[in-house]
Formats: sequence, C-alpha cells, structure tokens
Amino acid sequence: MILFGLGAAGFIVRRNIITIFMCIELMLNAVNLAFIGFSRYLGNLDGQVFAFFVIVVAAAEAAVGLAIIIAVQRNRDTLAIDEIDSMKM
Amino acid sequence: MAPLFYIFAVVATLAALSVVLQRTPVYSALSLIVVLCSLAVVYLLLGAEFLAVVQVIIYAGAIMVLFVLVIMLLNARQEAPTDRSRLARRVGVPLLAVFMAEILFAVWGHSASSTSPASQAFDAGPRAIGELLFRNYVLPFEVTSVLILVAVLGAVVLAKKEL
Repeated sequence: MILFGLGAAGFIVRRNIITIFMCIELMLNAVNLAFIGFSRYLGNLDGQVFAFFVIVVAAAEAAVGLAIIIAVQRNRDTLAIDEIDSMKM
Repeated sequence: MAPLFYIFAVVATLAALSVVLQRTPVYSALSLIVVLCSLAVVYLLLGAEFLAVVQVIIYAGAIMVLFVLVIMLLNARQEAPTDRSRLARRVGVPLLAVFMAEILFAVWGHSASSTSPASQAFDAGPRAIGELLFRNYVLPFEVTSVLILVAVLGAVVLAKKEL
C-alpha cells in the first residue's frame, strides 16, 4: 500500500517520462506484493499464479512503453512531459 | 523470521522513496532494482519461492536492464521543476494521501474481524504452480503468450527508423 502510494505520488510529480514509467512499475510491484500476501493469508495458490501473470504483463508493457518513449524522443527530442502535450486541448 | 520481514520491508520502502525523489533517472532505476530484490526476499518469507526467483530473474534481471539501457541510450538528464510540476506536487500529493488513507481505512475496517492467517504449509513449489497454470489457468496462459508476441512485434516496429 505504501509502495503504491509512493509510486502514484511519483507518477504525478515527476517530469521525466522514464521516471514516470518507473513509478508505474513501482505500483505494479506493490500490487504484486498485495497479491502474494493475500495468497499466503488465504492459503490459496491462485494469488501467486496471478502475480506471475502480472509480472509477465509488466514485462510486455515495459518493452512496448520503452519503444514508444524511444520513438517520441526521436521525433521531439525532449523527455520532459510538459512539452509532449500535442494531444491536449 | 518477523524482524527479517520488517528489515526488508523498510529497505523496500526507503528504496521506493529514493525512486520517487531522486533527480537523476539512473539513480532511480538502481533504486528500483533494490526495491525489486527486497520485495523478492519478502516473497520468500511469505512462502512464494518460485515467484521470488521469477521476480529476480525476469523483473530485476531483464526488465530493469532494459530500463537502464534505454536511459543511457536516450541520455536522460536531471529534470528541472516547472510551474506545472510544482502545482502537481502541492495539490496532487495531499489528495493522494487522502485517497490512500481512505483505502487503508476501508481495508482495516474489514480485516479487524477476521481470523489469523491459515497456517497450512501449502506446497508452493514450481510443480504446484505449474499444475495450476496448466489446469485452471490455461486460457490466460495462452493469451499472455500472444500478448508477448504482440509486444515484441510492437517494440520492433516502433523502434524502426522509417516505418
């Protein structure tokens, strides 16, 4: 829970895209911890299987997200998230 | 066993703080690696040996290496605070604290009336997880393999110089 809050706070505050992405990973890990904790609490192995899937999905998402970041950097030559706002109103 | 849990929980929390507060992205990435490893130790203490090893090998070993690689490739530097990020810090963080407090309150309200954790030593080895994976969760397993394929294709396409 604390990890999740920290990750979310960092996600809001930071300006560098890569750091924001790392805060997303932090939140994912916090959720994994909750899953495994509950799995132990309920004596059920399903929580661990689901945490395994979360890790796999996080890996795929990290790969694609980093590729997007590289493409964005190549086109706009900036990593600050305030300048990458061409989709905003 | 309990003090070991607390030690690594505190290490994980401190490293998470470091991830969020560091100005240089490389230091944030290294702190995230520390978080991942200490969480793996916590998983070991919680009886999830397979997941602890998977976390270290895949998450800390492959994903974070990819992160550090991309950080160095893009030459990410320290960030300078802007008006918007200052506004986000002043308004967003207290709101987030309120939100987290609400969630904690809801969770504690429920769990105060529950019993102690089931102390049955369930077999959490790779064999048991593999059985679950291939019996009950075959469909998610196959879907995630398709997902990985799509992710690999997407990453290759996105990183090309000319599409």
